[in-house]
Amino acid sequence: MPGHDSARDIYRQALPVISVSLIAGLFAGTILASETMRANIAEVPGLLLLLPAFLATRGGVYGSLGARLSTGLHQGIIEPRFRLDRRLTNAVVASFLNGMTVSVFIAVVTYATLVLFGDGGSLFQLVGVMVVAGFLSAVIMITVLIAVIFLGYRRGLDPDNVIGPVVTTLGDVFGVFFLLVGVAAVGAVS
Amino acid sequence: MIPLLAALSVLQLVSGTVLETYEAVLLRYPALLVLVPVQIGTAGNLASITCSRLTTQLYLGTYEFSASNPALRANAGAVFALAATVFGAVGVAAWAIGLALGGSLALGRVLLISLVSGLCLAVLVVVASVAAVEVSYRVGLNPDDTTIPVVTNLCDIAGVLILFAVVSVVL
Repeated sequence: MPGHDSARDIYRQALPVISVSLIAGLFAGTILASETMRANIAEVPGLLLLLPAFLATRGGVYGSLGARLSTGLHQGIIEPRFRLDRRLTNAVVASFLNGMTVSVFIAVVTYATLVLFGDGGSLFQLVGVMVVAGFLSAVIMITVLIAVIFLGYRRGLDPDNVIGPVVTTLGDVFGVFFLLVGVAAVGAVS
Repeated sequence: MIPLLAALSVLQLVSGTVLETYEAVLLRYPALLVLVPVQIGTAGNLASITCSRLTTQLYLGTYEFSASNPALRANAGAVFALAATVFGAVGVAAWAIGLALGGSLALGRVLLISLVSGLCLAVLVVVASVAAVEVSYRVGLNPDDTTIPVVTNLCDIAGVLILFAVVSVVL
């Protein structure tokens, strides 16, 4: 009964979920600690400063997309089919715009903080990195979320139980990876 | 949605500032960089499980704000056991990955940093969750809506602060 679980019961039930996010965290950490990324951190002022904000907003933006899709499916106003339906498009476009806006906002605030503390840094570089990383993570997160939620729903899986782990797991791993890609892309342009 | 996300990211800059301050240490010891995302993620996860359970128990009538309450004790016990398991495993993994990436931090130190900061975090998770549920219930807000966003974000930020407080003591 939910109200009377012992510490042992809670431990047993929570450990698998926590372990999944732990493994994802270790993956993200490995990318972050890789030689290329360490070189990036040393070269690009502000990269560490924006990291927690960038990772946290992945969860906020795509977690709410997942929740919206799930509610729509349960209400029957979104069908689990991969085609352009107005409600599905609206939800996707909204979360894409949210993701991009917040990414650019983070770049600007990070730059302002750097200037405030007299650390220098380049606004162009930070915005560039965030636009590339924000765009790529939007594409991958939206695609994977829709695929997992729809395919799961068709097989009788309640999307409400899947969204949390999927978003936190993929958000961190792809977030850090696309930051790396963003730095490389901006470096290639400038 | 945008104002909320913007406020959240400004708040997260607090932990970003801490990371930036320790940049030289992080670049020298990759094992510590590995710990960063894990610390951020696990803190929030433990907090959301605890808040969600306490709220359910509040509505079921099995929760009471008292140190001898069985539901409260079971939750707190589980958080500590989970933290000990997870942060023990993380310490060993971060050490091994750090070593593979050219780091030189000894296993004992990484394990000590991971376990001590993890257990401090467990204390914070329990205290913050109980406080959030209690305050939100007394003020008349539904704890299901208010506690998780507040406590998970608090713990994510505190995770980084605690990690580097421990790092500065151990190293």
